[in-house]
Amino acid sequence: MRKNYIVLSRRRVLAGTGALVVNFCSMPRLLAQEGQQSQAAGRQLPGSLKAAPFLDSWIRIGADGRITVFTGKVELGQGIKTALLQIAADELDVPFASLNLVTADTARTANEGFTSGSRSVQDSGTAIRHAAAQVRALLKAEAARRLASAPESLQTENGAVVADDGRRLSYGELVSEEMLHARAKPTSALKDPAALKVIGAAVERVDIPAKVTGGAAYVHDLRFPGMLHARVVRPPSYGAQLRSLDTGGVERMPGVIKVIRNGNFLAVVGEREYQCVKAMRALAAAAHWEENAQLPRQHELASLLLRLPSHDTAIFDQRGPGQAAHKTFAATYTRPYLAHGSIGPSCAAARFEDDALTVWSHSQGVYPDRQAIAQLLGLPPEGVRCIHVEGSGCYGHNGADDAAADAALIAREVPGRTVRVQWMREQEHAWEPYGPAMVTKVAASLDGSGKVLDWDYAVWSNSHGERPGGAGALIAGRSIAQPFPTPAPRANPQPEGGGVRNAIAIYKFPSARVVHHFLPDMPVRVSALRSLGAYMNVFSIESFMDELAQAAGRDPVEFRLDHLEDERAKAVVKTAAERFGWSQQHLARGHGRGFAFARYKNLAAYCAVAIESEVTPETGRARAVRAVAAVDAGQVVNPDGLVNQIEGGIIQSISWTLYEQVSFDAQRITSIDWSTYPILRFNAVPDSVEVHVLNRPGQPFLGAGEAAQGPAAAALANAIAHASGARLRDLPLTRERIKAAIAV
Amino acid sequence: MVKLTVNGRQHELTADPDTPLLYVLRDELALNGAKFGCGLGQCGACTVMVDGKAVLSCITPILLLEGRQVTTVEGLGTHDNPGPMQRAFIAEQAAQCGYCIAGMMMRAQALLQNNPRVSDADIRAALQPNLCRCGTHMRILRAVRRAARLMQTADADSAGNSQ
Repeated sequence: MRKNYIVLSRRRVLAGTGALVVNFCSMPRLLAQEGQQSQAAGRQLPGSLKAAPFLDSWIRIGADGRITVFTGKVELGQGIKTALLQIAADELDVPFASLNLVTADTARTANEGFTSGSRSVQDSGTAIRHAAAQVRALLKAEAARRLASAPESLQTENGAVVADDGRRLSYGELVSEEMLHARAKPTSALKDPAALKVIGAAVERVDIPAKVTGGAAYVHDLRFPGMLHARVVRPPSYGAQLRSLDTGGVERMPGVIKVIRNGNFLAVVGEREYQCVKAMRALAAAAHWEENAQLPRQHELASLLLRLPSHDTAIFDQRGPGQAAHKTFAATYTRPYLAHGSIGPSCAAARFEDDALTVWSHSQGVYPDRQAIAQLLGLPPEGVRCIHVEGSGCYGHNGADDAAADAALIAREVPGRTVRVQWMREQEHAWEPYGPAMVTKVAASLDGSGKVLDWDYAVWSNSHGERPGGAGALIAGRSIAQPFPTPAPRANPQPEGGGVRNAIAIYKFPSARVVHHFLPDMPVRVSALRSLGAYMNVFSIESFMDELAQAAGRDPVEFRLDHLEDERAKAVVKTAAERFGWSQQHLARGHGRGFAFARYKNLAAYCAVAIESEVTPETGRARAVRAVAAVDAGQVVNPDGLVNQIEGGIIQSISWTLYEQVSFDAQRITSIDWSTYPILRFNAVPDSVEVHVLNRPGQPFLGAGEAAQGPAAAALANAIAHASGARLRDLPLTRERIKAAIAV
Repeated sequence: MVKLTVNGRQHELTADPDTPLLYVLRDELALNGAKFGCGLGQCGACTVMVDGKAVLSCITPILLLEGRQVTTVEGLGTHDNPGPMQRAFIAEQAAQCGYCIAGMMMRAQALLQNNPRVSDADIRAALQPNLCRCGTHMRILRAVRRAARLMQTADADSAGNSQ
């Protein structure tokens, strides 16, 4: 039966008008079935072609020559719309400006899972590059047939195949419906890196003009005819139960259309947005909750994490020949819960009509979100279409999916009308899933020559990946009268890892052991925050490397180079040090310098950061004065986009490192706005941030969107230690902590 | 009914007088530039100009604005004909997610419109109320410096033309 359904779907696909219209609702099943026969072949396919092996999942060409590129990834402000179009333009031989792009939409694009882990260019970019090259080859082969010429004698340029004698056939003339509904091959005739014109160029971002002129750019900007506004009312604390509610007063307020109560889920729908805001406040005042949350004591968080039940795994264990240790050192590092803190609180729109739901969301994963929302509403996945529209930068799993679920629940109560749900600032701050608090412990011995002899590293952490897969991962799913159970927390597996991302030091030590203490109990709601555990692990490892270098009486850069074998790693370290002027540094009084390096996930971009900091002893205030970074992200698609990501990563990391921690009392989250959760402002911005790119033409793309956070944090801590003599191991490195450490 | 001028056009508003300007701009006038960030006056995403001064539209009720001149980022130029501030932000590629950027531009516009000859310290001090989470600060500073140069040149040009 299922097979028939698939065949029918396939026929419907092939019967699509004009350019192929693929119903992606049926694609996962289709692929699951067809994939079984070709799983071995599928595994060989580059990037996300593994998940969606048909060329027309990525590239479609209309009879008018209009070309559309499809990606299952989404723009988060990292510039991937532009980068993916650059890749397609070069391999298709068409002008960059002529291309259209469709991003994640469950009705139109491939299922590429989540846009996360700095993998968009690696996964989607690689798929689009190969698909584009294979499409160009198919067009060339068709032209060769029609022109009765050898394919080798034909060239492609500007959207056409051209013969030696000047005869020319445009892609629109050559393409047919069936031609691009072809399974990708494992290898493609990619262009020679030297022949690339658009890849590697600092093409201006396609999304910026609308963003600086007030164009519709965000999900927040969606306006539909007859659109209604809604606001949710959240409980005062995790797990609070709604005991009584008198909705009468709120229902009579001007503009209020409906008050929705479903268990502990509360919302108000109205005609005008500000009327909804006022009604939301009245509804919150009318609700009486029984609170039962028991949050840990914030100042005892680290010792609590060490006491929680844990699943322990040695993720790396390499014992070298026993040698007598000369000196042994140990240290413990901690980080608090960190908020994503999107500047725009989460927002979504939804419409429920004819038993089907459409949701517009800034989710990082439209397919997983669709699955969760379908479960929440008791609809088949095909009954839900989830369309990505950009939001404010998210930096991981923020409130986007929860807001989409809120919109879905509310839309079901007002069928036929589109509802826009906007979270308030305090809702985003109090209810987003934070980046987990963590503890790391490291111990190492030095041999007589000042090199590391053995290394023991351990990480205590909650899960860094509680994204929806089911309705129980959504706030709405946990709040309704018949709630869905919270899914069991899971640890992201190696090599990428969650809490243990970058826990295995890249350095070569004769003996090393790394243990993951995975903590399933989550006292505070947590999930994926940009770079996951890498921020903390690189902060710990690179702080400790500095401590060891100091103990060995070695220069911190030289000490790192002594323990590196990877030549690309060494090149990045040397470049950052040279451009910073590490060896001829003259520092002002009260200034210090710090260095750090990591290869993100040990398999993505290499990034080294050197920072000069100043510390004012009287106040304990620290500031990064200048930062110099070097990055190797393999073949660079857009150098300015790469620099933008690294600059941004450094500054975001300075903010995390100096200021940020989620605060809470025995029951409630208390960091609920920008005064209780301060982040970096312009008075703390460095004087300069320089990024030097080591381009590697012909090498695979390496994700770089999260490469700078860890190195920047450690470089800053090392610079503060150098400036003040105070080694701080507990994040954030606040004014108070620095002042206290200096006073000791 | 409150009357105010937005980007040179007069409007008679039917929204309740206590409605913050932000909701009127976005929902009644369909202007996307000013953004909801906090509703508390803490982040600057909603910044617009009122009579040439930077104002937080999320905490400014329209009843205070009777007869005033409001300028949003839409009033600085268009997609096809961007103004100096917009050209500067495009040239410097001064955005990541871009959500804070219109607010940054309006605060910078208010600063430079008053005096385009400002120091880097002046720009940093002026932008202090506005938050950016992507870490685009270095580019924002460069873009404002570039806008200052463009506006000085424009000043010089218009001075030249008027002679």
